[in-house]
Amino acid sequence: MSDLIEQWQERVRAASAAGTALQIRGGGTKAFYGRAPAGEAFDVRGHAGVVNYEPTELVVTARAGTPLAELEALLDDSRQMLAFEPPHFGATATIGGCVAAGLSGPRRAAAGALRDFVLGVKILDGRGEVLTFGGQVMKNVAGYDVSRLIAGSLGTLGVILEVSLKVLPRPVAEATLSLAMSEGEAIARLNEWGGQPLPLSASAWSDGVLNVRLSGAEAAVRSALVRLGGEVVAEDAADAFWAGLREQTTDFFGDAALDEAGTSLWRLSVPSSAAPLKLDGQQLIEWGGALRWLRSTAAAEAIRERTAALGGHATLFRGGDRTTEVFHPLPAPLMTIHRRLKHAFDPAGVFNPGRLYEGL
Amino acid sequence: MNFDAEAPAPGERDVDFSAVDKVRLVEALARVLPAGALRYDAEDLRPYECDGLSAYRQLPLIVALPTREEEVVEVLRTCHELGVPVVARGAGTGLSGGALPHAHGVVLSLARFNRILHLDPHARTAVVQPGVRNLAISEAAAPHGLYYAPDPSSQIACTIGGNVAENSGGVHCLKYGLTVHNLLRVRGVTIEGEIVEIGNHGLDAPGYDLLALITGSEGMLAVVTEVTVKLTPKPQLAQCVLAAFDDVIRAGEAVAEIIAAGIIPAGLEMMDQPATAAVEQFVHAGYPLDAKAILLCESDGTPEEVAEEVARVRAVLEAGGATEIRVSRDEAERMRFWAGRKAAFPAAGRISPDYYCMDGTIPRKRLGEMLEAIQAMERKHGLRCINVFHAGDGNLHPLILFDANEPGELARAEDFGAEILELSVALGGTITGEHGVGIEKINQMCSQFSRPEITTFFRVKAAFDPAGLLNPGKAIPTLNRCAEYGRERVSKGHVPYPDIPRF
Repeated sequence: MSDLIEQWQERVRAASAAGTALQIRGGGTKAFYGRAPAGEAFDVRGHAGVVNYEPTELVVTARAGTPLAELEALLDDSRQMLAFEPPHFGATATIGGCVAAGLSGPRRAAAGALRDFVLGVKILDGRGEVLTFGGQVMKNVAGYDVSRLIAGSLGTLGVILEVSLKVLPRPVAEATLSLAMSEGEAIARLNEWGGQPLPLSASAWSDGVLNVRLSGAEAAVRSALVRLGGEVVAEDAADAFWAGLREQTTDFFGDAALDEAGTSLWRLSVPSSAAPLKLDGQQLIEWGGALRWLRSTAAAEAIRERTAALGGHATLFRGGDRTTEVFHPLPAPLMTIHRRLKHAFDPAGVFNPGRLYEGL
Repeated sequence: MNFDAEAPAPGERDVDFSAVDKVRLVEALARVLPAGALRYDAEDLRPYECDGLSAYRQLPLIVALPTREEEVVEVLRTCHELGVPVVARGAGTGLSGGALPHAHGVVLSLARFNRILHLDPHARTAVVQPGVRNLAISEAAAPHGLYYAPDPSSQIACTIGGNVAENSGGVHCLKYGLTVHNLLRVRGVTIEGEIVEIGNHGLDAPGYDLLALITGSEGMLAVVTEVTVKLTPKPQLAQCVLAAFDDVIRAGEAVAEIIAAGIIPAGLEMMDQPATAAVEQFVHAGYPLDAKAILLCESDGTPEEVAEEVARVRAVLEAGGATEIRVSRDEAERMRFWAGRKAAFPAAGRISPDYYCMDGTIPRKRLGEMLEAIQAMERKHGLRCINVFHAGDGNLHPLILFDANEPGELARAEDFGAEILELSVALGGTITGEHGVGIEKINQMCSQFSRPEITTFFRVKAAFDPAGLLNPGKAIPTLNRCAEYGRERVSKGHVPYPDIPRF
């Protein structure tokens, strides 16, 4: 065990003994996400570097503080990628923060979410123990799947020290189409296409325009272009479009859009086939219809009620009051299990308290 | 906080359930279940005494066969109140003894939950009860050009509830994922009788990823009563490439070269010469018998995609020293290529009175080392072993051949298996890729995980099942078990693989 990890173990034990809250932090690019952070800063960037990467194993293992950009550049050298296209939200994003936030980008509906690619984690729990779960192999059912539990837990269960992720080859060919159509028509078409063997890898509808990205074998992309119709977007413009969507730098997401008094950005996760939601505000639809971004001044209750009725959930993604619940409230039996799990990993409640839910 | 003074996590020590009163339990369950939903005479219990791992057998006290979720709730509440262990059971096809009954407990069969509740071809989802067979979902989806992707070899019989419990895989999971990648939502009941909805009708859910936690939890966290699965568009075409190699290591390298070329095949399987010989006399698949190993590499998609990928695969295999390459010319030939691989288990049963199937996963690059080590183990234990692999994802299924009627052979086969699993861990892999720990591999859990990690598993279990009544004694070894196992390993004169770096 390195000196640094031993220091961290000591610090966590001391914090647990004293009941001192610790705010685990990487590059700070996702500090806006979740409820307001609290506690003494616990910076993990000192624990950085790729531990193991062998392209033919389709696995990369990296320490939590490794910059996400550096990791993706390394994969790109071997024509591989993190297929869930995680948003960076800034140049300083780390892989630890990426896994803790659990966010996935445009390719998610086609390739899977971040949690689908997590193979193993090494964490520091609230007792100061270094624990390893999962591993570096594709298939592993020994013990409970704690690695995926850690993904998206916003640092409330432990300090992520190291992660192993499955990686995939970059597609041989890629092309983007732009089609003019209404919201209802876009949702219908996306679901129809989703049921056919088409190489769809991303979709985005807003303002009467549907953009779809096709990725795969040359022949498959070529024949899908003909079949779907619409206008082919030039490669540079297409790359810029999908990067802007992934990083939320386009006008729809821009800070200016949230400056209006009381406007918040909501992330609505619903069944892909749900008809237009007809909520007040502007929408951008991704993931074949399963993810709807809503810029709105509507009351949280109205938005939550509408998404819950569809079997989905709503997150107050940006803006609004970060001291209220930003994630969809859980039914009592699930909240009980959440509290017990939190206590199992972090009995003194020192890691990112209240970041996910109040009291967690 | 002083953690040294912490009490052990619930379940961490062995619990004695021998005080369970069968008469009282039958009376209590008869009050909450309709007539015909309870079995307690020895001859009625016999069909439940084991699952697919028939070396372990145990009669339960009672078998309960509810048909409605309210009945499941009542059975669990009753067992919770009386402190009775509960083992949930689907079709009983599991290979690790996960559904082995508890001597003082109830087997809760979900066999009567056998309806597909809703299939939405537009949203590509199906809501099914846990007792629905894996293949039945694909059959129901077929008219819409859809199917349920995970295809464990037992798919004709195994149930989706059991698949959730084991996180089942299959031959196509490198490209299409395991059960955990193909679920949206699970509805279940805790031992306390609370109904929980885990996951969502959308692609994600708020809070901790409990869906991942419950998938592969071997019936130890909650009892599943409803499952929402994703359906996948059926590929238009599939084609299979069969390649022969005169050296097993070369075949292993060819697998890595296919991946390095940026190809993720729909299936990538390998068989060694003894396995090929065993199946050939059984199914006449036309395999080259002089090859030291054969690879089966499947491409699927549109006809254009498949043609492009098959050409790339062929080029890699030629450059990689394959001695013979055949590409299936039609569906009949493709099925024939696969027939041999799929018949590996029955073929082992034909050439040997008994066989023991292992399930370790290792990094692909260590395949050669593993095969050489298995050859040495064959000599050491005086038993033969034939090898089939899900080579694409490093999942090995060595089949150890033995005769249970020969004194000592079962014990030797178990030692042989334990040695393979421990080497899997030492090579950076895991003791189980897709069959689960159950009772079979519970000792080897002590090799793969440290004591604090195992304690964490018990704490996770207690978050769902504080009383420790769901499938106790499975999957996660108690303190005593690991202590005894450690003594046994050392007393045999060595610590396994002391010189191999652990990571």
